[in-house]
Amino acid sequence: MVQRRPFTLLSRILHWTMAAMILTMLFIGIGMVASLSNYHWLISIHRPLGILVLVLVAVRLVNRLLNPPPPLPEGMPGWQRFAAQGSHVLLYALMFALPLVGWSMLSAGGYPVVLYGPLQLPPIVPQNPQLFATLRSTHTVLALVLFATFLAHLAAALVHGFIFRDEVFPSMSFRRFGSAAASGVRPSARAGK
Amino acid sequence: MSDDQSASGRYDISLSDTGIRARLAVIGAIILAIAGAFAYVAGWFSPTLLTQARVIDRFEQVDGVYPGFRRNHAKGVCIRGTFESNGQGERLSRSALFRPGSVPVIGRFSLGGGHPQMPDGPMAVLAMALSFRPVGGEEWRTAMIDLPIFIVKDVQGFYDQLLASKPDPATGQPDPAKMAAFGAAHPEFVRAMQVIKSHPSPSGFADASYNSLNAFRFVNSVGVVRAVRWSMAASEPFAPATAEQGTSSDKNYLFDNVIARLTRGPVQWHLIVTIGQPGDVTNDPTMAWPSDRERVDVGTLTINRAESEAPGNCRDLVFDPLILPWGIEPSDDPMLSARSASYAESFRRREGERKTPSEIQVPANHKGS
Repeated sequence: MVQRRPFTLLSRILHWTMAAMILTMLFIGIGMVASLSNYHWLISIHRPLGILVLVLVAVRLVNRLLNPPPPLPEGMPGWQRFAAQGSHVLLYALMFALPLVGWSMLSAGGYPVVLYGPLQLPPIVPQNPQLFATLRSTHTVLALVLFATFLAHLAAALVHGFIFRDEVFPSMSFRRFGSAAASGVRPSARAGK
Repeated sequence: MSDDQSASGRYDISLSDTGIRARLAVIGAIILAIAGAFAYVAGWFSPTLLTQARVIDRFEQVDGVYPGFRRNHAKGVCIRGTFESNGQGERLSRSALFRPGSVPVIGRFSLGGGHPQMPDGPMAVLAMALSFRPVGGEEWRTAMIDLPIFIVKDVQGFYDQLLASKPDPATGQPDPAKMAAFGAAHPEFVRAMQVIKSHPSPSGFADASYNSLNAFRFVNSVGVVRAVRWSMAASEPFAPATAEQGTSSDKNYLFDNVIARLTRGPVQWHLIVTIGQPGDVTNDPTMAWPSDRERVDVGTLTINRAESEAPGNCRDLVFDPLILPWGIEPSDDPMLSARSASYAESFRRREGERKTPSEIQVPANHKGS
């Protein structure tokens, strides 16, 4: 059989740090485009935090290639495997795309890309109104897709954690992996020991 | 040995059907709660909340929709020149813009209002928007108007005033009853209009002085923070607007005059920074500061030429008042954030629309200097 194991500690730290950051970004993003008096301080956080997500997702992709995730549970139906793997590809693609589209959008709109104080990034696409408009809409659409994908990912994680009670949820949590997995009441599993 | 699947290849879920349903319900509730919080933050449950989209909708409601144009200050012309800092601002702000030296500036003259073909007139609000563009440095954008103070103290007041002052189609004038009701609800508007009416309007863009209205903060190299307002004070002699100007057959006379003036030679303004004292109001642009406040001339703006709005010049810039260099910060005036947000929404809408040429076309023989 495939040896069951959790994600590495670095993978778990990256996962939960980015989870908190991305959820914060989604709420700041949707809130700031409606807000008047809170717009400025929200966007002042949104820009540098987005760039930090871009840096961390690059670190995370390298880490994933060096430390592949544990295999999915044996016996998982094909559609669930497809959903799990497909949603992870989508999440990674969106974690790269959203900051890059945001940065490009500001570049195309002629905005300086201010991170903090005198710290600024150069434009990465030429200034162009139509390109700005396209990227601006794309940023919103991708953010909504990311939020929907996040909800599906969380729902699936909770189903694994509280209903299937297999090793999927413990593999990403900070509880001791062995005890967490064994606590899943799985008579056939226990009988097999 | 394989131990985590049954012979059927499916999970054993050692929960009763009721247990599974209860847990699914809890998971569903968690997901719904997060989605609901998201929708709440987005304002989707708050149809009366004043958002940046509703502010811009109000301009479209009052002035109409002119695709490709700014929703406010729709009628305008681009300008180019330089800002020569005299170094006097260095002690006030750590921004490199205030060290002695020169930076290129692009900008725009415009009229307040959302109609890109509105006729020029003596009552028009004149605006100067600027983008200071030091090579390799931090950009500063500022959008100023020729009123001495602003007419309302917050964005809700501005939103209500737009509708109250919408001209009645029958008379071409705002409905006096609506204006009276607005004034009763916004006494600061009535006070501000008295101040504004006591200041004569300038005859044109070149002899107008332009004011930041909102307060900002200058932070210097040792971290001292000062509340400031600034003005571009005209070097041209002031001539008051006259009623005859309003009867001009040239409905673009304000723009045509400044373009002609620039053809004859550059026009200059002095950037005057007024330094507030502790206790001066910084969150209400209808309140003037006492006239004895220290005023520092930090440099000279020289505008050399005008350009028709076109791709790549001022047309495609948003003169967001919160695009600031390190060393200039927003004050506690909530209208600054509201302006920044509303300008972004106007920009978002117009940049995706088909562009039509500006009403103001600079003649080919205008060389500038």
